[in-house]
Formats: sequence, C-alpha cells, structure tokens
Amino acid sequence: MPIFIDRRLNPKDKSLGNRQRFLHRVRAELKRSVQEQIRSGKIADADGEHAVSIPAKGTSEPNFRAAGDSGRRQHVLPGNKQFSPGDKMPKPGQGSGAGSAPGLQESEDDFRFVLSREEVLDLFFEDLELPDMVKLSLKEILSSKPRRAGFSTSGSPTNINVARTMRNSHGRRIALQRPKRTEIEAILAELTRIEAEGPDTARDKAAALRVELDRLERRRRVIAFIDPVDIRFNRFDAQPLPNANAVMFCLMDVSGSMGEREKDLAKRFFVLLHLFLKRRYDRTDIVFIRHTHTAQEVDEDTFFLSTQSGGTVVSTALEEMQRVIAQRYPSKDWNIYVAQASDGDNFASDSERCLRLLDSEIMRLCQYFAYVEIIDERESEIFGSTDNGTSLWRAYLSVKERWPNFDMTRIARAADIYPVFRQLFTRQPARPRN
Amino acid sequence: MQRHASRSNLLFSGSDWNFGTLSHAYDVIEAVAKEELRLDIYPVQMEVISSEQMLDAYSSIGMPLMYRHWSFGKHFLHHELLYRKGGRGLAYEIVINSDPCIVYLMEENTMALQALVTAHAALGHNHFFKNNHLFRQWTDADAILSYLDFAKGYISRCEEKHGVAAVEAILDAAHALMDQGVFRYRRPPRLSSEKQREGLRERLEYEERSYNDLWRTLPRQADGSKATAENADLIAERKKALNLPEENLLYFLEKTSLILEPWQREILRIVRVIAQYFYPQRQTQVMNEGCATFVHYTVMNSLFDRGRIGEGAMLEILRNHSNVVFQPGFDDPRFSGINPYALGLGMMQDIQRIATEPTAEDRDWFPEFAGSGDWRTILLDAWANHRDESFIRQFLSPALIRKWRLFLLSDAANESFYSVASIHNERGYRRIRSALAQRYDIGTNNTDIQVVDVDLLGQRHLRLQHKVRDGITLENGSCDATLRHVQALWGYEVSLQGVDAQTGATLYERSSRQLAD
Repeated sequence: MPIFIDRRLNPKDKSLGNRQRFLHRVRAELKRSVQEQIRSGKIADADGEHAVSIPAKGTSEPNFRAAGDSGRRQHVLPGNKQFSPGDKMPKPGQGSGAGSAPGLQESEDDFRFVLSREEVLDLFFEDLELPDMVKLSLKEILSSKPRRAGFSTSGSPTNINVARTMRNSHGRRIALQRPKRTEIEAILAELTRIEAEGPDTARDKAAALRVELDRLERRRRVIAFIDPVDIRFNRFDAQPLPNANAVMFCLMDVSGSMGEREKDLAKRFFVLLHLFLKRRYDRTDIVFIRHTHTAQEVDEDTFFLSTQSGGTVVSTALEEMQRVIAQRYPSKDWNIYVAQASDGDNFASDSERCLRLLDSEIMRLCQYFAYVEIIDERESEIFGSTDNGTSLWRAYLSVKERWPNFDMTRIARAADIYPVFRQLFTRQPARPRN
Repeated sequence: MQRHASRSNLLFSGSDWNFGTLSHAYDVIEAVAKEELRLDIYPVQMEVISSEQMLDAYSSIGMPLMYRHWSFGKHFLHHELLYRKGGRGLAYEIVINSDPCIVYLMEENTMALQALVTAHAALGHNHFFKNNHLFRQWTDADAILSYLDFAKGYISRCEEKHGVAAVEAILDAAHALMDQGVFRYRRPPRLSSEKQREGLRERLEYEERSYNDLWRTLPRQADGSKATAENADLIAERKKALNLPEENLLYFLEKTSLILEPWQREILRIVRVIAQYFYPQRQTQVMNEGCATFVHYTVMNSLFDRGRIGEGAMLEILRNHSNVVFQPGFDDPRFSGINPYALGLGMMQDIQRIATEPTAEDRDWFPEFAGSGDWRTILLDAWANHRDESFIRQFLSPALIRKWRLFLLSDAANESFYSVASIHNERGYRRIRSALAQRYDIGTNNTDIQVVDVDLLGQRHLRLQHKVRDGITLENGSCDATLRHVQALWGYEVSLQGVDAQTGATLYERSSRQLAD
C-alpha cells in the first residue's frame, strides 16, 4: 500500500520566479522587440499580449561541448535497406556545419514566447519615466460593479433569495398536497379524545385514524418542506462602471520636417493617451487627422507611414476635426480627447487663427487637449523651459493660461512625454457627460 | 452469471480513477511483479499532479525542489511552447530516485494509463534504482530530497545576503562546468548529514571572523629559495600535493580557488552534488527505461491473462506501449536517434527468448545461459550489475541486430560523404555491437578536461588539458565563454590546451588572457 499525496491543489506557477529571472536577463532584447512591435503595430494593439522572439544565441548556456564539424565519429543506425559495407553516401548540406548523420543534431532556432499584458506594459513604460501610481492605474483593467439581474437556480449560499425560495416551496407544497401540521394535530386530538372515552367503544375508528396518521406522517416526510428545486439565488451581472464613449483625435503634422524619430515619439505619445482612455472608457475610437497646408482624415497606416509635401497650416487640421466632431461625434455623447503632435512650424498668421478656433469652440467641446512639440535634442538645451518659441507655441501658451484642460510640452526624448499628461492622471476621474 | 463474476474480478472499469482504485491496482500490480519477476523495491509514494505542475517539474530537471535560476525559466518557456503548440505531449509520469521512491502521476491520465504508469515507474524504475550498482554506490537515495531542500534554502538565503546578481554569476559559471563536475573514477564522498554540514559552516564562519590580516605580512620561510634547483621534482611534488591531475573541475575550484568566499564555495558544491546525482542516470538510460518497459509489459500481460484487466483497457495500454517503443528507421522523418525504450525492451525480451528457446547461433554466442530457461535470474543480475555500455557489449545478439537491421556509418569531418562500415552480417555483428556500446559509454563521449597544473605560490596560472579523442575538438564560442566562467571562479589566468589522446601532440591552446583582448 503506497502513500498517496494529492498535489493538485498545491500552488501552481512554481517556476514563476524562474520566468521572471529569465525575463530580467533578456530584458534589453525584450525591450527592443516590444518597442519594435509597438512602433510597427497599431496604437490600440499596444495594450495586450505580445509574442516576442529572442535569438537563441543571446540565452545560450555555454559549456565545453564538442564541435559538430570536427573529428571522426561512428554512428549506429537502424533500418538498413540496401547498403552493403563500403557504400558511400553524400552528406546533407555539403561541407557546412551539419557534419553528422541525419537527425542526430538538434537545431536551435530563435526562441519565441508570449509576454503577458503586464509584462508588455512594463517594458513599454520603462523609459517613459511614469510615476508608479500612474503605471499601476494604467495596468488596471476596467473595473466593474455587480448589479442585480433576476434570479438563478444556482449560486453561492450567501446569495439565496429567501422570499423567492419560500414562495416556490409554498407553491410546491400546495400542489403536492403536503399535509399541514394542523391536520395532523386535529387527528391526534381526535385520537386522544376517542381513547379517553373508552378502549372498546370505537376501536375500528381509532385504528382507521392511526392508519390515516401514518399516511400523513409519511407523506410529510416524502414531500420536503424545502426542496432543492425551490431554491433561488440572486443573480448578479458584472456591470461596467458608468462609462461613456470617448474619441481620441490624433493630429499630426506630416510635412517633410517630421522625420522617423519625430513620428516615433509622436506615436508613443498617442499610445500613452490611448492607454489612458481605454482604461477609463468602454469604447474608444481613434480618429487620425494629418495635415500639411491641407488636412484630411486617414487610416492609421497612412497616418504614420506616408509623408506629404507642402507647407504647414495647423488650423486646417483643427477645422477638419471640427467637421468630424459635428458629423460623427456629438459632444453630448462623446468624451473628446485631442492629442496634437507637431514640430512647431506654422505660418505666422495662422497661429492667430488657431487661437480663435480653440477659444471659440474646440476647447469647450473637449475634455482634454494635449499638445507636444517635438524638437531636436540639441534644441531642448537651448529652449529649455523658456516661453520663447515658435509662433504656434506662443499662441498655445495663452490658451493654456485660459483653459485648465489644455496642456502642452516640448519633447526631445521619450522621457519628456509624461509631463504633458500629468494633469490628466492626477485629476479625479471626470464625470462623463450623458 | 458467469459474465458477472468475471467482471467483478477486474481491477477497474472505465477510464475514471480515484484513490481507492489506484491503491487497489497498485497492490495487485506489486504482488504480480514480485511473484513473476521477483522485484525488490523501495516503498512508494505516489503524488498526483496537474499538467501545469508537470511542466513546472520539467523545468527544474524533474526534481520536486530546486533553487531558482533563469535557465530553468528558459526551459519552462521552451517546454510550454512545445506543449501549447501540440508539438509534444507531456510525460505521463516522473519518478525520482529517492527512498521512498516518489512517482508523479498526471491527473489527466485514464485509469488504464495510471495502472501502466504504476507498473512502469513505481515498480520498474523503482527496482532499478534500488538494485543497480551505480545507483547504490554513487547516489544517496535517502538523502537527496533533504539535500535539495537545504540547497534551495541556502541559495535563497545567499540571494538575500549577497544579491541575486552575485549568486546568478556563480551559478552560471557552475552550470557551465556541470559536465566536468563529476567524479568518474572514484566514489564521491557520502552526503554528510545536515548536522555535520551545519558544524562545518559554523567553523568556516568562525575562521572568517577570526581571520587576522597581520599573519599575511609575516616573512616567508627561507626554504622557498632553493626551489630553482630541482624544478621538475618540485612540480611533481606540487601536483601531488594538490592531487593533480584532477578531473572534477568544480571540485578543484571549490577546494583550491583563492578568491572564492565560503558561500560561493558552498554553491559550487551544491551544483557539483546535483551533477553527481544525475551521473548514473546518464549512464543507464537504455537499461533503466528498458527495465521499466519490460516490467510494465510483462505485468500488464500477466494481469490481462488472469482476467484482471478488461480488453478495452488492455488495448489502450498496448497502444501507449507501442507508441513508447516505436523505433523509426534512420531515413524516416520521425527518426531522432535510437529510442532507449525500444532498445532496452528489445534486448531484454531477446534475453528471455535466448533463455527459453535458443537457436544454434544463440548457443554459440551465449553459451552461459542459452536454453537455461531461467531468464529471471539473468535479467535481475543484468539490472543489478550493468550499465548501458557493458550491457550492450554483453547481451546484444546477432538476432536482434538483424531484426533492427543495424548498420555502422563512419563519419569523418573532412570528407564529404559517409561511408557504410558494417552491416548486419557475420562480419559486422561484433563491430556494430562494440560501436553501439561505445556510443553509450559516457567516459568516451564526454569531453575529457582535467586540471593538470597550477603554481599557487607563483603566477597562479591554472592549466587545463583537453584530451582530444578522434580529432573531435570543442565548439569555439561556447568554449571561450566557458573559459571566461572558469576564470571568474579562479581569478587568475586560465589556459586550456588541446592534446591529442593518441599522439600527445598539442593541437590548440587558448588562454583567458587572449580572450580579454
């Protein structure tokens, strides 16, 4: 008789620690891989699991092992069909590394595995320098609240609905004619009365009463007072917390001055805003508007990949946005967020026009307007935090003074992105308009 | 009526299992195995685990407890990927050479499979672990679990004290030398009890505390000066003092390295002990699996003959059995070397055949036992006293070579073709047999690297020597990385010299000094 131990309920993920150690070890490689995927993938896809591949070389465990392409070996193989001693056969992959018999060597491919959403976001956040609180709140999945939703026949005992259960039980008892306690008591009283009168006066009657009593007692035992079929539980649905829809407008200058680096930074800026919105709203739409001296709504690929030649007139983008809002996203149904990225170039006279557009209408419509000006790393040293800058920058500065839901910054590195969102993340969650 | 009676005699029916049926099945299987095969086993502890826990166990080289290291995480991800893609099923069981013998059963197995696994692991492997001389001499079945528990705890304490990175560096280096971290020829010292080890550690800590740097500044004794006179003598003496040449690099570094701290030495020791524990397993793959497969096949058939297993269950058992012992030919896309289960079982059944119904050829080749009829004694003796290499050398018969159509292929790196050296004919039997035995001889297959010289009082240059057999050299990149690890453990220059085993000519030389450039 052996000893049996049931280990199935032991904690799983015994090797979670090992997994973390491994991820830590290949962190640089993973980061490159994840950021490559975020750069080339869609903004909305950043928030999810990613399959990553690590070159096997980077994680190899060295030892003193024999080189496959040296020396003399002998292999014993099964299944000879036509060979006789002295036969020769060419090696597969002439002269290259595969210097052993077919199937004897294991190939080491790139190593692919899946990172969880948390691990992806950790890597994405790494050089954005987000405060920990923000990281935590971004990783949080949309919260939900249980809401009463009728009754069900199964559930946990704490959720038993007593009133409903008793009503079912009562109905069943009536339908099956379960004898009541009063009936039994009446018979008992009758029986004692008869017995008190005298033993032989109504022996038959007493016997009949006893049989009847027995029958009733048995029936009471068979038909339960509360049967499992009566039990009803309160049912709860997970109801997402009251949320409305949000739309995120990505505005970007795509004139020739916006290069690969600028677009990459802009994309990270958009991804971060999208993560924030996705956490807070059930449904988030993204609208991409690119502009040179004219503006148009485009899909994501065109937005990031193609360039256009032409001057830069920012107001056209704002007007296009107004048009889209009027057409598809009425501000009473939608929370409107705007993220604008530009290198700051604009026609001098146009900045005034932007100012008017923002002041008169747009700022009233949006929940939040974030503007980033992407500059050279060298420029960042010159400008620093001075208020000096392009005409667009100066115009927007005055907007910032008047509207609390406007924020702007200059960014030269990924780490500069977060400050523009600071207000967004520190504010109490805004009450959605309904 | 008859039918009813025979059904109630079955050990189980249907595919579901519970602990009652498992236990009953074990008792019957054990009784049959002891009666039919005269097995002698450790008590058994069966643990039921889920598939995820099986994956966990895979990643820590099959042991129930293991310290943490990134490489285990890598293996876990690798196995998980294969499993998720459906590329590879999981093992139905894992068995651990300990006393009591621990067998892991997967909860997904059907009852028929559980019975098969019980016969295979809890009796077959168990008997082999308890009786084979390699396991008896070289491993401590009763101490290994408590040692692993100690190792895990010790390493996690080190991580707290010295940082994860420092511990990882030592473990990386030690893992790289694991193949060179076993005693092949002399028996390793028995694992000392927890109490003794505790005492040893306390002494080390005391020495650390009471170390006085002043002693180092005392003038050396004068007799060092006449060293120049008989240099060769001195070297010989020095080697003798250090017990050189030494095949166990980890042992040498642990005892002799001048830069390691006590906790680092202890970690080297842990890795070395684990490597040593697995050394017999690597030498007895064919025998171990063959023994277990032979046992389950014999026991299951015997149970079926006695009417204790239904036909449906027996079909399932046979299907799994034939999957396990499937041996594709060399030109089959599924071929990946010789299947140790198939070879082991084939040879053991062959021994059974030779003992009971020998041909003239068998009488010629195996005069000692051909026709003796007592195959049980011969198998029990083989299981107890052989390892793969000697077992094949002794028992591989011409009949089996013909059945498998084995042939011998020579492969020289400088030629663009393989040539067929021998096939299954009169002239080839012996060569094929000895070549196959050679393939399972770990002593000739493992890279032979030894510490040959070090001058502790001078340059402290550690010299390693690689005996190059059959011109098989080392993979350069991996070799350099490993040398760097050795240097990290040694602290001074390390060089590796490749010497041809036959001619004694130096083939190559690498030094950690070159690597640094």
